Amino acid sequence: MTTTILPRVNYLNVRHSVGSWLFTKDHKRIALLYLGVVTVAFFLGGIFAAGVRIELTTPEGDFVSADTYNRLFTMHGIAMVFFVLIPAVPAILGNFVLPLAIGAKDVAFPKINLLSWYVFVIGFLFTLAAMMFGGVDTGWTFYTPYSTSASNSNVMLTGIGVFITGFSSILTGLNFMVTIHRMRAPGMTWFRMPLFVWALYATSLVQILATPVIAITVGMLALERALGFGIFDPRLGGDPVLFQHLFWFYSHPAVYIMILPPMGVISEVIACFSRKPVFGYSFVAFSSLAIAVFGFLVWAHHLFVAGISPYSAMVFSFLSFAVAVPSAVKTFNWTATLYKGAIWWQAPMIWVFGFLGLFLVGGLTGLFLASLGLDVHLHDTYFVVAHFHYIMVGGAIMGYFAGLHYWWPKITGKMYSNSAATLAALLVFVGFNLTFFPQFILGYLGMPRRYHVYADEFQVLNVMSSAGASLLGIGYALIGSYLVYSIFRGKAAGANPWRATGLEWQTESPPIPENFVETPIVTEGAYEYVKRETKVA
Amino acid sequence: MAGHISPKSTYYAIFGSLMVLTAVTVGVAFINLGVLNFPVALTIAVLKATLVILFFMHVKYSSRLTKLICGGAFFFLILLFGLTMTDYLSRGWFVSPGGTAAAGTQVTVGPPPEPAAAPAEARPEP
Repeated sequence: MTTTILPRVNYLNVRHSVGSWLFTKDHKRIALLYLGVVTVAFFLGGIFAAGVRIELTTPEGDFVSADTYNRLFTMHGIAMVFFVLIPAVPAILGNFVLPLAIGAKDVAFPKINLLSWYVFVIGFLFTLAAMMFGGVDTGWTFYTPYSTSASNSNVMLTGIGVFITGFSSILTGLNFMVTIHRMRAPGMTWFRMPLFVWALYATSLVQILATPVIAITVGMLALERALGFGIFDPRLGGDPVLFQHLFWFYSHPAVYIMILPPMGVISEVIACFSRKPVFGYSFVAFSSLAIAVFGFLVWAHHLFVAGISPYSAMVFSFLSFAVAVPSAVKTFNWTATLYKGAIWWQAPMIWVFGFLGLFLVGGLTGLFLASLGLDVHLHDTYFVVAHFHYIMVGGAIMGYFAGLHYWWPKITGKMYSNSAATLAALLVFVGFNLTFFPQFILGYLGMPRRYHVYADEFQVLNVMSSAGASLLGIGYALIGSYLVYSIFRGKAAGANPWRATGLEWQTESPPIPENFVETPIVTEGAYEYVKRETKVA
Repeated sequence: MAGHISPKSTYYAIFGSLMVLTAVTVGVAFINLGVLNFPVALTIAVLKATLVILFFMHVKYSSRLTKLICGGAFFFLILLFGLTMTDYLSRGWFVSPGGTAAAGTQVTVGPPPEPAAAPAEARPEP
């Protein structure tokens, strides 16, 4: 630790009024605004998940009715996907770190950045209203014809919420893309950029190109439901499977909106705590772009049993296997980065190890589901639920917490308790596996998803899963408590507690409102740890 | 992008072309071209959109990066339609041996055919 005093004026204490937060154009404050809303959504989504897990501890439907259960898992999905996973890393960590990491004073369009937060909040309020007026029961996927002609829950209100929120995502993507093109500090060439920035660039591409499609799709759903347009109704010449095509044209790339930024976080943290440059930098950078592009070509693997053409299914199966290649490139390169590294066992690194293990399982089980024959057996079973939770929680959320722990000293200027953070990471890792590994077995044995009752022989595995979920909840609560505690009682972090190389670590913690006293001039790559360590020695 | 100023005559010419094309769209709507109705209308629409993008939106005078991003957007649109069509165009190719109406059902765009009055097998042979 180089210094122990906080900078006199920083972005947190420069102004104190509520208005100075609500009308701020500072990317760092906007990141914290996002952190607030996303944390509320995460809590809500967690409550709904708890309802689901309590119901599933017994085979009978004794805690909630079938109808309530449908609403619980739907609202869990909607809260977590649209209001936690998609914004968590780009809008919180990306917003905070991106301008700092490229040596800029702010993003390219600070007002649009604030606008994107307001749009996000308005979308969230619509969805919240839908939840309060009785919720929605279609599943987060809004499949037709149930959503258009049968469901009597708040489909419209939720749809409007999702529609509005999409624009927030598009605005953030646009802002980041322009920022990366136009705002890099002198000397910050494309191949000197941190891999987190590459990942955000690839994510922005997906956000801009895919999100409009979900807006259009939800719009069509609304027209069909309100006015009976017939786009998805076979009686009027439509096709319900068309909805699935359009929905997944966004929602599969959206998985990459969720996972690419955490992958960027992993590259940063793994380099810092192995004290080595990331192995095969350019391969990792380009694999982000490859994932972003290939991610658009695989959506129909969600439709294998929906009655699509078997020839089309073969094409999509092949392409789905292909998208695993760039993900594997990343995983192998991270592992190679560890090789002969001086591994430093700090909390962010523990989260990264959690990510590596869980993402590997999540990715490989994805290949099971991309196989045409096996998917017939596994489709809509708990195997699928387990698979995507390994990607979204084991991958995206673990990566988010790795990043939050890595940049927390920069964001707040305070250190949290490393042992508490390590304990939380272990609790989450164990709790997660206990929750979701039994679900692989349940699914393989044939337990379908989205039912509130099940056959008696599945109870043991379901009780294990619910017990794991409680552990997971304790882990998350622990994170909240020691992070909040650190704000008030934590030790001052100093500018660069991890002795990391990124530009964000060359300024004060918390940074001054303008980020840097002078615009930095970049003369070397992003991960010159070896050079630096030698210099120190 | 910001630097280029087109002469007024360009804008008038493009506006004129758009008006003419609109008139053609309306005119064509009164002529039954059979299967060509839809493709002709779409071709005119694409032509008009291209004029707007190139001249009114100044893409013609923009940097190569802007052109690339514009082209990229269309590339992804083609992916959306093209890959979706791999399903719709090939659904009828496969007919299950048992003759079930599962994966091999032909999907037609438009109102479904009228159901037959009575099954053919049920009619008595003359």
